[in-house]
Amino acid sequence: MAFYFVQFLTGLASAASLFLVASGLSIIFGVTRIVNFAHGAFYMLGAYVAFTLTERLSGALGFWGGIVVAALIVAVIGVLVEMVLLRRIYHAPELFQLLATFGLTLMVQDIVVMIWGPDDLLGRRAPGFRGAVDFFGQNIPSYDLFLIALSPVVLGVLWLLFQRTRWGVLVRAATQDRDMVAALGVNQKWLFTSVFALGVFLAALGGALQIPRDAVHHALDLRIIVEVFVVVVIGGLGSIIGAFVAAVLVSELNAFGILIFPKISIILVFLVMAVVLIVRPWGLFGKPEAAARRTPGLTVNPWRPLTSGERMMSISALALAATLPLFAGNYALTVGSEIAIFVVFAASLHFLMSVGGLASFGHAAYFGLGAYGVAFLAKAAGLPMMVSLLLGPVLGLLGAAVFGFFAVQLSGVYFAMLTLAFAQIVWSIAFQWVTVTGGDNGILGVWPEKWAASPANFYWLSLGITALVVALLRVIVFSPFGFALRATRDSPLRSEAIGINGKRVQWTAFVISGTVAGIGGALFAYLKGSVFPDSVGISLSVDALVMVLLGGVETVSGAVIGAIVFKAANIWLVSQTDLSKLVLGGFIVLMVVAFPKGIVGTLETIRNRRRSSKAKKSALVTSRIEAAE
Amino acid sequence: MRRRHLLGAGLAIAVAGMAGSAMAQSEIKIGEINSYSLLPAFTEPYRKGWQLAVEEVNAAGGINGKKLVVISKDDGGKPADAQTAANELVSSENVAMLAGTFLSNIGLAVSDFANQKKVFFLAAEPLTDAITWSKGNRYTFRLRPSNYMQAAMLVEEAAKLPAKRWATIAPNYEYGQSAVAVFKKLMSEKRPDIQWVDEQWPPQGKIDAGPVVQAVAAANPEAILNVTFGADLVKLVREGNTRGLFKNRSVVSFLTGEPEYLDPLKDETPEGWIVTGYPWYDIKTPDHDKFLKAYQAKYNDYPRLGSIVGYQTIKAAAAILAKAKSTDPEKLIAATEGLSMPSPFGEITFRKIDHQSTLGAYVGKTALKDGKGVMVNSVYRKGADYLPGDAEVEKLRPKD
Repeated sequence: MAFYFVQFLTGLASAASLFLVASGLSIIFGVTRIVNFAHGAFYMLGAYVAFTLTERLSGALGFWGGIVVAALIVAVIGVLVEMVLLRRIYHAPELFQLLATFGLTLMVQDIVVMIWGPDDLLGRRAPGFRGAVDFFGQNIPSYDLFLIALSPVVLGVLWLLFQRTRWGVLVRAATQDRDMVAALGVNQKWLFTSVFALGVFLAALGGALQIPRDAVHHALDLRIIVEVFVVVVIGGLGSIIGAFVAAVLVSELNAFGILIFPKISIILVFLVMAVVLIVRPWGLFGKPEAAARRTPGLTVNPWRPLTSGERMMSISALALAATLPLFAGNYALTVGSEIAIFVVFAASLHFLMSVGGLASFGHAAYFGLGAYGVAFLAKAAGLPMMVSLLLGPVLGLLGAAVFGFFAVQLSGVYFAMLTLAFAQIVWSIAFQWVTVTGGDNGILGVWPEKWAASPANFYWLSLGITALVVALLRVIVFSPFGFALRATRDSPLRSEAIGINGKRVQWTAFVISGTVAGIGGALFAYLKGSVFPDSVGISLSVDALVMVLLGGVETVSGAVIGAIVFKAANIWLVSQTDLSKLVLGGFIVLMVVAFPKGIVGTLETIRNRRRSSKAKKSALVTSRIEAAE
Repeated sequence: MRRRHLLGAGLAIAVAGMAGSAMAQSEIKIGEINSYSLLPAFTEPYRKGWQLAVEEVNAAGGINGKKLVVISKDDGGKPADAQTAANELVSSENVAMLAGTFLSNIGLAVSDFANQKKVFFLAAEPLTDAITWSKGNRYTFRLRPSNYMQAAMLVEEAAKLPAKRWATIAPNYEYGQSAVAVFKKLMSEKRPDIQWVDEQWPPQGKIDAGPVVQAVAAANPEAILNVTFGADLVKLVREGNTRGLFKNRSVVSFLTGEPEYLDPLKDETPEGWIVTGYPWYDIKTPDHDKFLKAYQAKYNDYPRLGSIVGYQTIKAAAAILAKAKSTDPEKLIAATEGLSMPSPFGEITFRKIDHQSTLGAYVGKTALKDGKGVMVNSVYRKGADYLPGDAEVEKLRPKD
């Protein structure tokens, strides 16, 4: 009995660390709607700075003072980031801020190694909390008891702050209805900055408090960020109490789960999130998001098919790309194939995000399923390459059909997180089911047949399939189905009123998108000759998001450019420099500032502005529509 | 006039091209790949190690008079990126061989690439048994003692312990799984009387150490096998110390004696663990002294195990290239099979039967000295003594 009680307390201690970080993320998201990917980076910076301070300062005061000062220093860094970077892009399309914070995260990973060196660092134990308390023969570390006591205190302080101060009232109001708060004349800039500072302070404090029980190292951020997101979503976005309950739930399930299934930790949080979101689409304590007040049709430039001139340009660009084997070497051709494959992958996600309005955070699942599909067919069943290439993506299709059915019941960030949960479930199956998938050692020897083995032929094959797929997706965009899908995206109520079955349309789009991703995965398996769980992993899903956002989410085919730019820059930088993350992160941040609507999106806006200044008449019409709305 | 100009330019390019190829003929290139950005704690000392080796090789006249050049690439910890890098090295840089890699899955990906493209590959670090056995191929050789060899070295000591109730803690991926599987198998052969009472599989890099320690303690084992390393090990040790998990229990632990993993534990290093590792401060052989002096002189830092691996990888590559007198992969394979060479740990041989080198490891016990973790009573275990018999290896490895 004593054992179960102690295990319960241990779970609570884990929950405490999780809650501190999650609460900060929840506050930031609730008010600013920023998916702050850099939250883990601030957590890690908190740990590093606290490490340096506590090593320098002596005594109990030095330790605790160092922890608090570290969190304050990082909060100041957070304020700078908000003011210099994020303020510029609040008006960019939804999720675009994710791109900026992702770039920052990459940079921080290299920067901490440059400042603090590559070795794992061992911080001081907390003065007065070194030992353990004996509880019926079981030891409970006294620092755990401290953490257990701390988290309700933080929860209480936050509650007071939100319920009893004017600032708190504004924050709650903004969480509920941002536009109305702005309309009432509240200075949003100041509100956002202060909220961001508080959130970052909590993240850094969470990191700093880990130094007596953890090692400080450069991968801390990735370890925590996904888990914290999951906790926030389970609890319900913007709900501090929700984050607390979710942290306790997840930690306790883990603490007791490992007694029965020692391998459960790897997937537990995602299972919990999938179940919670299917049963309660807005998390445990969340409320349905207020209906968007966007004016349909005006948030994006009206789409149109390519003019014949543009069509000719695209075809010549393709023809030019097809001449690559005439002058480029084998390496360039293989890189070319890889880029083409990622164009397919990015285009599939772009279709779902821009046309369907559904941002998937787990799109690698279908890419990976296509790759594993090919590996099974080619290795286990011994089918010829063309047959495997055709049938492999079917696995992506099936996965998308099953997961998509549940996912399209949700929207916004909840949709994104449910797709992430499904992707992680697929990943852990690929990772754990060693007898079938080979586990993390993957499936080797999936090489193309002789006719496609030469880099030139494989390049032409990839390029051809890519061109077909992108053209096909464009055809779908401008088909009646595409219009129905866009109608559902822009105004669910109006589209329902004219008889469109929104969920079914979105589900179909999900399946199309998953299948296309599967085609990319199938080609990828043959390009690399092997399949690893990596191709289902979170980082690949994030890469796809980055490509789409970089290209411009409000465009028809921006992802094509986004994929080419990102993948080419990535491969080139990794090959050229050991600081590839720093440079790539900096590059992304610069792109975000220079092209706040994505590369293609910004170029289109510039072109439209020129056109409309030429023809003032059409601008007048637009403004009249605006007034009518 | 204009035409002549063009001709002149063409000539100039042709001459420059010839000069380039003349340069290329006076040097031999090795393509090296590792997870520099993902695992800097291991790969930084590793890089220092191989850079030292390159310097020594070239100072001694290079390879049959040609200058040795190593072109190094980062794989970011991803098998797919490692293949891109391998492809660049082979197709664009025309390297004579590939070398390096740390993670097992990346080692396997590059090994499969080498097999497909018929390129010689010297795997430096990956521990998985698959790379020389179940997924072995004729183009791949491996330097470091495998999972099986390290398990066998530890089992030899572990079997002497009186403990009968054993628990295991290992990261939940191929390395952890196969380390536990081999250890259990060899241990149960030597000691049929022991019982396996609990196993914990925290995710790699994400251990929630408190509950894990508590769960292991609840099973009340007499001895514990640990396979976690890096930051996970730090968390496990801290929680274990505070909760008294290691008190009156024997612990056997993979890799913990390597400075990369032992040094971060500082004054919290648990005492008396039986570990494999690298006690650079205790090795008193002429071979090692020479390496240690050169390393400390160049970097003003002490070597980690990664330094040894990096150093010996390039030394081995140089010895192979020198013996083969060619960069033809078939000749390189023929030269490597059965090749013996000196190393800081004494003479090693690349076995013909499975392409595994006989580099060994030090086995000893952890102790605290001046607030730092060290290995004491260390003994060098030769790799050759801890590999299964030829008949068994032949069964494990596919025919070429």
